[in-house]
Amino acid sequence: MSTRKLTVVTAGLAQPSSTRLLADRLATATVDALTQRGHQSTVEVVELRELAHDITDQLLTGFPGVRLRAAVEGVSAADGLIAVSPIFTASFSGLFKSFFDGLDADLLAGKPVLIGATGGTERHSLALDHALRPMFSYLHATIVPTGVYAATSDWGSREWAGRLNARIARAGGELAALLDTGRPATMVDPFDEPTPFEELLHNP
Amino acid sequence: MQFGIFTVGDVTTDPTNGRTPTEAERIKSMVTTALKAEEVGLDVFATGEHHNPPFVPSSPTTMLGYIAAQTERLILSTSTTLITTNDPVKIAEDFAMLQHLADGRVDLMMGRGNTGPVYPWFGQAIRNGIPLTIENYDLLRRLWREDVVDWEGEHRAPLQGFTSTPRPLDAVPPFVWHGSIRSPEIAEQAAYYGDGFFANHIFWPASHTRQLVGLYRRRFEHYGHGTADQAIVGLGGQVFMRASSQDAVREFRPYFNNAPVYGHGPSLEDFSTQTPLTVGSPQQVIERTLGFREYAGDFQRQLFLVDHAGLPLKTVLEQLDILGEQVVPVLRKEFAALRPAHVPEAPTHASLRAAAEVAAGGADDSVSAADDDLVASTR
Repeated sequence: MSTRKLTVVTAGLAQPSSTRLLADRLATATVDALTQRGHQSTVEVVELRELAHDITDQLLTGFPGVRLRAAVEGVSAADGLIAVSPIFTASFSGLFKSFFDGLDADLLAGKPVLIGATGGTERHSLALDHALRPMFSYLHATIVPTGVYAATSDWGSREWAGRLNARIARAGGELAALLDTGRPATMVDPFDEPTPFEELLHNP
Repeated sequence: MQFGIFTVGDVTTDPTNGRTPTEAERIKSMVTTALKAEEVGLDVFATGEHHNPPFVPSSPTTMLGYIAAQTERLILSTSTTLITTNDPVKIAEDFAMLQHLADGRVDLMMGRGNTGPVYPWFGQAIRNGIPLTIENYDLLRRLWREDVVDWEGEHRAPLQGFTSTPRPLDAVPPFVWHGSIRSPEIAEQAAYYGDGFFANHIFWPASHTRQLVGLYRRRFEHYGHGTADQAIVGLGGQVFMRASSQDAVREFRPYFNNAPVYGHGPSLEDFSTQTPLTVGSPQQVIERTLGFREYAGDFQRQLFLVDHAGLPLKTVLEQLDILGEQVVPVLRKEFAALRPAHVPEAPTHASLRAAAEVAAGGADDSVSAADDDLVASTR
């Protein structure tokens, strides 16, 4: 048995936010599924709202400030990532995209990622598959098959909420399955282990 | 320890009065700033290299040669010379020529530039940034060290029986710094050759500079050039000073808020906390600069950025007066007192020539002893 580190990136803007609500439920479902598989887990939540100014600053300066660096390190060190955005104007929010724009191109490579999104109506649910999924594919993340979209109506009737909970449980189970066999994330820090110069010189 | 200034050479509108200098004014003000640097007792002037507006310094050795003719002690350097898109043959020629004209007061800093389209404009591909840096620099070293070069590589036409002229002054190639903002490969390159490593430093948190310099120092020792604390490190710094820190902040804030690199982004206060930017009294600059050694170790060269973001020439010259009169003399004394005896000064033409003479003449002498004795500053 070993501990799996989950990092949750949530881009909700309202407080309280239904995006955060979905993110928390996805995290809980994943933790439960990991527990069933005999793993302990830790959860770190990155609220992008609190980093909105830092993310804009990074766009302008090219480097992450201290607070944003801590969040990026949380993502980097995670065994699994849960990423949830509200859908605005047919796609993920600009804040959500800007955060991922600021990551090193290979930071998510091979990392299991569960994607989620929230919106006012269910008509935007395909944004998960035409916006979030391609972005994480580009970043070479391993995306769990089930993405979870929650519309406002899903938080209402028992029937709809039940279906949402079923999707959440399935998605959490899929992420847990990827984390079950996968070795915990090890960060290969190029500052700790640089490519030897002879290799750079003779194998361009 | 060497102190100096480095300039980006940006033509930027003064946000306090809307005035934009002409290219001619900016170029001449860079020269005036360099001459002032020598007058107030600084050691180094380094110019950037850019190939797009709003920057003027596309031809560094032309400018440095002109400055060399009007100075006597100042070391002329670059920040940086584009090792990616310049032909290494032309770099070898230009800087050897400058060495002769400046009686050896020349070194240079390699870099990759900050403008992507410069690669295609000069016939290269940005994806080859690191391979170009590695191959071109290896050729440059050979051009300076071997009288006749046969060479073939990936990124340039082959050379057979080529001699780069003029040969380096006294057969001593200019000392080279490798400048980097974030690439571990560049720290590795500097360490491999035992060259200097210059951390840009100014737009990044101290933790990042610690990591980058730490890697260079470790690998410098690994490649057998000395102990890690004997590696040759330079750092950037960015300052604006007035007698009172309130006055400094009030005067500099509009320039900061509209600066080309970080303007309209973080607040002056946040940026000052997160990067080495120091806007305040001379005493504050002294304390902050001395603090750099806590994470970069004992270093050999400190370059300040003082002339960007549309600051008028008069203000820049006042900054240099403050540096020369109130800041650098104190820093020289304090750093000298803190530096252990086995940590060398930055190599100069004189120290490199003396080391070469000893190495050539005294074959029975231990080379390491010669290195220890002769890697000393002219100051």
